[in-house]
Amino acid sequence: MIGAVIDWSAFLFYLFAAVACGFALAVVLSNHIVHMAFYLTLALGATAGLFLLTGSQFVGAMQFMIYVGGTLVLLVFGVMLTAQHRFVSIRTRAGEWITAAVLGGALLMLLGYVAWAVPDWHAAPPAHVPPEQVESTSRLGLALTGVRMDGGSGYALPFVIVSVHLLVVLIGAGYLARARVRVSDAAARKEMP
Amino acid sequence: MLPGVQVGQPVAHRLAYLWRAPAWGRPLLVERSSWDRCRRGLSIEGNDVVEFFEATLNWPSWLAWTAVALIQCFLLINLVAGGALFFIWLERKVAGRIQDRLGPTRVGGKFGWLQTLADGIKLLAKEDIVPKEADPFLFRMAPYVSFTASFCGWLALPFADNWVGQRLNVAVFFIVAIVGLEVFGVILAGYASGSKWSLFGAMREAAQVVSYEVPLGLCIVVPVMIAGSMDLVTIGNKQAGYFTNWFIFHDPAAFVVFWVYFTCAVASVNRAPFDLAEAESELVAGFHTEYSGLRWSFFFMAEYGSMLLVSALAAILFFGGWHGPFPIISQGLVPALAAMTGASVDSPVLVYLANLAGCANLIFKAVIGVTVMMWVRWTLPRLRIDQVLTTCLKYCVPLAALCFLAEVWFQLYPHTNPMPLNRLQWGAPRASIEVREGWLPLSPVSPDDVQEAQLTHSQEHRG
Repeated sequence: MIGAVIDWSAFLFYLFAAVACGFALAVVLSNHIVHMAFYLTLALGATAGLFLLTGSQFVGAMQFMIYVGGTLVLLVFGVMLTAQHRFVSIRTRAGEWITAAVLGGALLMLLGYVAWAVPDWHAAPPAHVPPEQVESTSRLGLALTGVRMDGGSGYALPFVIVSVHLLVVLIGAGYLARARVRVSDAAARKEMP
Repeated sequence: MLPGVQVGQPVAHRLAYLWRAPAWGRPLLVERSSWDRCRRGLSIEGNDVVEFFEATLNWPSWLAWTAVALIQCFLLINLVAGGALFFIWLERKVAGRIQDRLGPTRVGGKFGWLQTLADGIKLLAKEDIVPKEADPFLFRMAPYVSFTASFCGWLALPFADNWVGQRLNVAVFFIVAIVGLEVFGVILAGYASGSKWSLFGAMREAAQVVSYEVPLGLCIVVPVMIAGSMDLVTIGNKQAGYFTNWFIFHDPAAFVVFWVYFTCAVASVNRAPFDLAEAESELVAGFHTEYSGLRWSFFFMAEYGSMLLVSALAAILFFGGWHGPFPIISQGLVPALAAMTGASVDSPVLVYLANLAGCANLIFKAVIGVTVMMWVRWTLPRLRIDQVLTTCLKYCVPLAALCFLAEVWFQLYPHTNPMPLNRLQWGAPRASIEVREGWLPLSPVSPDDVQEAQLTHSQEHRG
């Protein structure tokens, strides 16, 4: 026994944060599209771990379902594209580096500014506060149906708008991907007795 | 408890309450801090083991938590790995019997029960080959990705009342999200092998798993709706008592949706007749064509782990989980033992015994589910890819959606339910089962909160 006390929540926070940041960097620096998708999965999975660590179980599971699962589709596309050995490695040109650096830097500055603006984070951390485990799932569900526990108007309308938007997208995708009868096929069919 | 709200009330009443509630100007629900239960992200429900380490052995807190986490992981990994050993043997025996053969008979004396171990030793001795065309990094990672995804689902699966790695209040959702990630490893394997067969197999599996996620999710909503919770422990406990309380007998929608769930589960763990990804007649061996030795066996551990996982999930969602068909243990044996020994019914030893029986119950049900999957595999021919997608889109999705709507109807109008068995509630003190999410204010509301909420409310109305 070392005698040292390991604060597991802090340890796991740093671990997941390091994994998330490290693999996010790896996504940027890698040239291989399938490797990128794999690193992105790990980064997003570590983010889900961070959510679960704070007790936001619903958001954590959602992160797995939507982001990690969504990257799966990205991976499928990546594999389909690179199977032809045309896009197997992506070269980033200098102009793209500059654009990306400006955009990413602007976002980083904004996020950093917002993070520093949180007043609670300026004070010294209290000695030991057991994090309140809030079971947020029912709150989220109620807020989506239009009732918020902390007052306010809920999110029924945005929820419906997003749902309708998704429906439109689905129908549009179905329309675009529908099997078109090719002219030659139709002509061939006409010629058949 | 707020007036007019009870656990067992139908949805209509709850909704009416929901819409009325804001006018009262006070928070709908005040949630209890469950810090006691979920400390530092590594918890075991009840924390008895941690308390034992801390109090009896006088270990420091962090060491106790670490030990408990390690013990849980050890148990779960051994369940998955040992399960794979057993199921591979069982599969050979089942296949043999169905094809009028004996299957393995020699290794380990009778029934060839050590056959898988012999195979495992052979696999360990095999050369670990990475093909020349392969992407070495991804090729090496892929089996571990598959196995990790399959294993993570077990973390949230309860084996008995409160016997669970990590009790999540969205456990059902978490497991469904995780099970879908197993295909990640398969796609990586297919891509990284640098072989056409592997790539085709992986692409087929991706298409199949992504499309079967939809009906699977819809099916799982039905028992969640009956229970009023996504917490698997609560769902299991709500089916206590006689088998009439099992959710599969709750109403016709639940009965139908179980079969849809089972079909989708077989497809989502990539078993025959949905095993296009490894169709021998077309693709050599599909995504694992280029694998050998231990890496190959990791894919199979993942597959058998997932099979057991979806079967255990079916057992909890539809077949009473850790509750047997008759409450022999909880209402017969345990009170009798308590009376004999003079101990309380809640004494740790008796609770432990009851949970052990429940755990055996659940695993037995899960093994039955896996056996049925094997039976299906060796009975039905493999489907074509268009038949696979037709089964999903034209049959499973509409059926699941219909059952979902029917279940909403039965929740709103329970008296129209033509399967009233469930209303007898034989042997189930269901009213006493706590629903952690939702409708119970779990601690008293302080007057300040009420005043503040009223203020906000009136300000909004003036605005």
